[in-house]
Amino acid sequence: MTTDLPLTGRARPDRVPHSLPEWRALGGYQAVERALALTPLQVLDTVDAAALNGRGGAGFPAARKWRFMPAAADAVSPGPNYLIVNGDEMEPGAFKDRFLLEALPHQLIEGTIIAGFATHATEAIVLIRDDYRAAIAGLTRAIAEAEAAGLLGDNILNTGYSLHIRVHPSAGRYIVGEETALIAALEGGRAMPRKRPPFPAQSGLWGRPTTVNNVETISHVPHILAHGAQWFRALSRTEEGGTKLYGLSGRVNRPGLIEAPMGTTARELIDRAGGVSGNGRLLCFQPGGGATGFLGPEALDVPMDFGHVAKAGSMLGTGTLIVLDETACPVEVTARHMAYYARESCGWCVPCREGLPWAARILHALEEGTARREDLQALHDIAREASPRGRSFCDLMGGAMGPLASLLSRFGDLVDDHLHGGCPRRRAP
Amino acid sequence: MTIKLKIDGREVTVEDGRDLLSIALEQGVDVPHFCWHAALGSVGACRMCAVKVAPGEGTPGKVEMACMTPASDGMVVDTTDAEAARFRAQVIEWLMLNHPHDCAVCEEGGACHLQDMVVATGHHDRRARGPKRTHRNQNLGPLLTHEMNRCIGCWRCLRFYRDHAGGRDFNAFGAHDRLYFGRAGDGPLDSPFAGNLAEVCPTGVFTDKAWSGVYARPWDLSATPAICTGCSAGCNVTLNERGGTLRRVLNRYHGAINGFFLCDRGRWSPWSVDGPGRLTGAVTLPRVAGAVGLGSPRASLESNWALRRLVGPGRFFAGVSDRETALTARMAALLKASPVPSLTEMAAADAILVLGEDLTATAPRAALALRQAVRGAERDLACKKGVALWLDDAVRVAGEGRRSPLALVTALPDALDDIASFAIRRAPHDMAAFAAAILAALQGRPADAEASAIAQALSTARAPLIIAGAGLGLAGPVEAAASLATALGPKARLALFPAEAGSFGLSLLAPAGGIEAALAELERNPGPLVVLENDLFRRADPALVERLFAKATQVIALDHLATETTTAAALAVPVAAPAEAAGTWVNHEGRAQRSFAFRPADPQAPTAWRVLAALAGETPEPGLDALLEALVADLPALAAVRDGAPGVDHGPVPRAHPRQSARTAGNHPDRATRTDPDSPLSWTMEGDRAPEPALATWTDRPGLHSVSAEYAAQQWIGGPLKGGDPGVNVLHAAADAPALADPPPGAGLLGLPLHSPFAAHEADAASPPLAARAPAARVTLHPADAARLGLTAGALLVIDGRPAPAPLSLDPDLPAGHIGLSGLRALRPVILGGAP
Amino acid sequence: MTLPADLETRIRHLVAHEGGPRAAMLETLRSVQAAEGWVSDERLAQVAAVLGVTPAELDGVASFYSLIFRRPVGRTVILLCDGASCGLNGADAIRDAIRDRLGIGYGQTTPDGRFTLINSACVGGCDRAPAAVVGPDRTLVGPLTPALLEELIGGAP
Ligand SMILES: Cc1cc2nc3c(=O)[nH]c(=O)nc-3n(C[C@H](O)[C@H](O)[C@H](O)COP(=O)(O)O)c2cc1C
Ligand code: SF4
Ligand code: FES
Repeated sequence: MTTDLPLTGRARPDRVPHSLPEWRALGGYQAVERALALTPLQVLDTVDAAALNGRGGAGFPAARKWRFMPAAADAVSPGPNYLIVNGDEMEPGAFKDRFLLEALPHQLIEGTIIAGFATHATEAIVLIRDDYRAAIAGLTRAIAEAEAAGLLGDNILNTGYSLHIRVHPSAGRYIVGEETALIAALEGGRAMPRKRPPFPAQSGLWGRPTTVNNVETISHVPHILAHGAQWFRALSRTEEGGTKLYGLSGRVNRPGLIEAPMGTTARELIDRAGGVSGNGRLLCFQPGGGATGFLGPEALDVPMDFGHVAKAGSMLGTGTLIVLDETACPVEVTARHMAYYARESCGWCVPCREGLPWAARILHALEEGTARREDLQALHDIAREASPRGRSFCDLMGGAMGPLASLLSRFGDLVDDHLHGGCPRRRAP
Repeated sequence: MTIKLKIDGREVTVEDGRDLLSIALEQGVDVPHFCWHAALGSVGACRMCAVKVAPGEGTPGKVEMACMTPASDGMVVDTTDAEAARFRAQVIEWLMLNHPHDCAVCEEGGACHLQDMVVATGHHDRRARGPKRTHRNQNLGPLLTHEMNRCIGCWRCLRFYRDHAGGRDFNAFGAHDRLYFGRAGDGPLDSPFAGNLAEVCPTGVFTDKAWSGVYARPWDLSATPAICTGCSAGCNVTLNERGGTLRRVLNRYHGAINGFFLCDRGRWSPWSVDGPGRLTGAVTLPRVAGAVGLGSPRASLESNWALRRLVGPGRFFAGVSDRETALTARMAALLKASPVPSLTEMAAADAILVLGEDLTATAPRAALALRQAVRGAERDLACKKGVALWLDDAVRVAGEGRRSPLALVTALPDALDDIASFAIRRAPHDMAAFAAAILAALQGRPADAEASAIAQALSTARAPLIIAGAGLGLAGPVEAAASLATALGPKARLALFPAEAGSFGLSLLAPAGGIEAALAELERNPGPLVVLENDLFRRADPALVERLFAKATQVIALDHLATETTTAAALAVPVAAPAEAAGTWVNHEGRAQRSFAFRPADPQAPTAWRVLAALAGETPEPGLDALLEALVADLPALAAVRDGAPGVDHGPVPRAHPRQSARTAGNHPDRATRTDPDSPLSWTMEGDRAPEPALATWTDRPGLHSVSAEYAAQQWIGGPLKGGDPGVNVLHAAADAPALADPPPGAGLLGLPLHSPFAAHEADAASPPLAARAPAARVTLHPADAARLGLTAGALLVIDGRPAPAPLSLDPDLPAGHIGLSGLRALRPVILGGAP
Repeated sequence: MTLPADLETRIRHLVAHEGGPRAAMLETLRSVQAAEGWVSDERLAQVAAVLGVTPAELDGVASFYSLIFRRPVGRTVILLCDGASCGLNGADAIRDAIRDRLGIGYGQTTPDGRFTLINSACVGGCDRAPAAVVGPDRTLVGPLTPALLEELIGGAP
């Protein structure tokens, strides 16, 4: 099946997942057959050539990460390799993995087998946030079907490759999505991020070589194997391969998911979502969830891929846009984000644990009209001191600084206005 | 391989593979930090240690956390960089958002790492408004207070308590800015190392409850270097005093022994000095002639020698059983043959066998060392994966849970079982046989699977370690341990822990036997009996002690505690407690270390060796130096004890802190002496701090007032003290001793000692904080034995004619044929009477 | 209340399948909550004993995660999103409507034990803002309107 919507094209409108026979009728598991006939290195090279960047937020090339995974013969110590599929999706504004998990579980299983094969994994774990009950149930069912059909488990399709997939619900915490914290959670403990290096590929789950990939990243993989790297790259409008499952929410008329070529502009995406709601005029948008800085109308024609959005001063992140019209208040939006990130801090490092609640408190005071000028100075200081990479232990706080720093630089006057009696947009009739 | 880097313009050469923070601190560049701890490594939680780092000269720098950054060749580090300093100031402001401004009522105030760091970063204005977070505190038992509001979340407490010391009843709860460190509920902390929380916490969350009860400001305390007398490990402590009373006991770093951590027994047993159990009263000393003397394993070398001088070598006996006397002498003789591992070296062993010893109770600090040793395999694997060893958390993960082999052959479930690869239970008399099976396997003869596996682990190890001790009072495990060490060859180390802090010192004085021998001597040549610092009823069969007392023409007991022995004695002479007396203690390594009096002598309770001289009718020596001269003249083999510490003429070295709030604060009006006849230390602030670590009183330096700055006195972080770790080895003075065999167990019930880390000796029971922490006494039988004897739980037994210390409880873990007894010195047959 | 036998069986199964007691802690807590709605101190201690961990170890984990409830909750838990996308689409009005209708704010439970309201962001329903996740099956509902809210409240046990 060649389509320009490889990722979502087969999904049923009602989101009900396909049974295995239905999926196979749609060409399902052919990619697995094709991949397992190759060597792991060949699979890896194919994905490398396809320029698949991780869709979890950072955009790291998937194949480059896989290459760090040692084959059993090269491992420092004997034992399993793990592949972890990250379906925690707790980024504010993100709802794309939910769809892929709920509607297309077999696609994810296929991708997991292929990625597992390439990374010499013997066990794969899909971590799904607990609120996604339908996804958990559907994927669990699909795994059982695939196992029963010999497509998963021991000696897959008689190729000699074995992979078992487990589904693990998260007990709820945004930080569980951070890959090293996720590993800690899977070990049954508090989800606290771990120092990198050592990277998970070196010392991950239970100290074993581990790869963590996002649900969307993995869901792309079967299509690369089915149709080839060149085809995948050609789907994109930029150097980064494939389509992207974008999302639109906030002040748009038809919020939802849009699969489109990587590098599609925000203007097109917002148009396809029915345009800006509210007063109909775009104030700004966050390109990829809560942890990405605000961009203004001037960025509407920036190709939405990792590289271009970064150059424009924000981050593609999850690629799920939060749109604000001119009647929406970015201070309020940032206040909500900050309250959330403060609450979701794991508590390990000081900047995040102490700095975020303070920032959240000041933003709230701004909204309420109880903030003073020196509070604003403190807010600027927090943004300045915590924004550079490496100031906090993991990227949670750095991410949270995205909206805050861009709020302060982009909407300085509006923020100042809040010093005189709170949010002017709330004050306005 | 070494590398060169620049720190604040100064070029330094260091070993490759280290972190920037410890390098800077070692160089005397005090980069602010909280979560880093020399013994706990780097975890990068506090983000306080920010410095500017550039990969090379002329390349742009970036703010990095020094503790998480590996040093590399050519690196340029600027700790004074404005951007880094600004970030550090911001971190402090964040920390102070919720930290209460309660320094004025906080124990830690004045010696607080957080205070030091706040001052260092120049934070003085509070910008934040609104309420601070508050927590409910927990009652953590008699030893520590808990004030969670002061927590800055550096994670040191948890990393020490769980990761380093293996405690499992303490944790971090909650998340984000509602973190809570404590127990699941109120109650004393299980770990016998919990007291270290008071030192690892950089603020005042955990503080010493005993100190709080008699609180004085840290800068108003005098400090005296002393040796812990809680067990034979010989940990170094600092005794804090003000106004003539003990206020606090702190760890005193020793690179080869205790490092940064003490056990709770060590921290609180000195409190017996001001406890209600003191022996008091004015006595008129008689002249004593023709006496038999019973030396003590809890007396200093000097006091035991003074007794020996009083009674003569032929009438000088050890105040323990003949068997223990012989066993101690044998242990010293066995150790003489090979290098004895220090606790630090024990922590580096890669395969360990413990034969019969409940180490966590009998030499707790050694058990803590073993907890670090078993992490060796984890460190090795992490190393192979290229993980730097100072990244403590990363090492724990990369190590995949591997442990170096630790085999515990004990009679009862052991506190170290959780880290043991082999937790093997044998009845005391069967241990030697099990060890023999290991020996057989080592020599290639057939043996059972467990013994073979242990033999395999030991023989393939790089640095195997065999440990035994006097905890059961049996020779079997000790002899077997020595044979195994010999069989393993020169790479192996043998550690033998005698019963008490003074055991080896006493043994080196070659007592003519133990209590039974003393009784025989009295039967041959009657005379008075002088008992030195020893409740004999706790160290031997009470019936034997009663017979001994009956034989003596008079019993004179010297002690700082009122005990059953002093009550039974015709004359009970109060003497100084170990903490109040200068003296030498010979630890399990044979290391002779000098301890000093924390306060001027009380004329009502002079140091025992002075009293003994007076009993002999001599004019007591003017000071310790003279006594040591006489001792060495008598026993030239012990000449090295003089070098345990510098003599009086090295003074004055101030015990009082230069910051004392009044110039006379260190003195107490009721005592005239400002100088100490037994040491170069004075109770004033006059003089210079001594460069010799044996006389070290304070380790702080400008800007750093807390124990978190202990590293400053070390040659390298975690290494020996500048000037060398104190102590001199005197084990060569031990006499040869023949191999020992245990008498057959016999048919009756055998009393099995139930040791406790919190209640080893009478001083522990006399220390109010420790007594409050000590578990209840126990008397236990295997249910089958109880059934056979017609006894049920709760029965009130009579043991050896005395009421048992507790009602009977049943314990299926007890070996059959044994009765577990708290307070019992050594395994021995007991006679059971029914409920009275 | 003693630990129900089926729960104990389930815990032992988890220990065997998750790779030891430590790894099984989270799943165990979730099982308790699935059966009883929340994890009481008493249960926590019992479960810890079955697992062979200390209550401190288990609660260290339990108290970390926001969806392990350590206080009693109502029969129907409403996780109302207070995130940005929902906020931009009237989440606060829904919060106020719940307060008016049920008398509870965030973190509170109705006196009859029917409902607990918890703020949660984001629930992954930004395309259906304002959204909430409701009930034991964590059903996503949205866009929430006063009418839908009324229907929801009426249909809840
Ligand atoms: C605070 C935080 C939360 C994150 N949450 C998620 C998440 O929910 N899902 C996800 O896939 N990645 C998340 N990430 C990114 C992961 O750490 C990791 O980079 C990603 O799963 C790798 O997958 P990819 O390479 O396929 O993008 C998060 C990162 C941070 C710092
Ligand atoms: S930035 Fe620090 S406190 Fe925040 S989530 Fe990461 S490690 Fe935890
Ligand atoms: S000391 Fe470096 S981060 Fe805490």
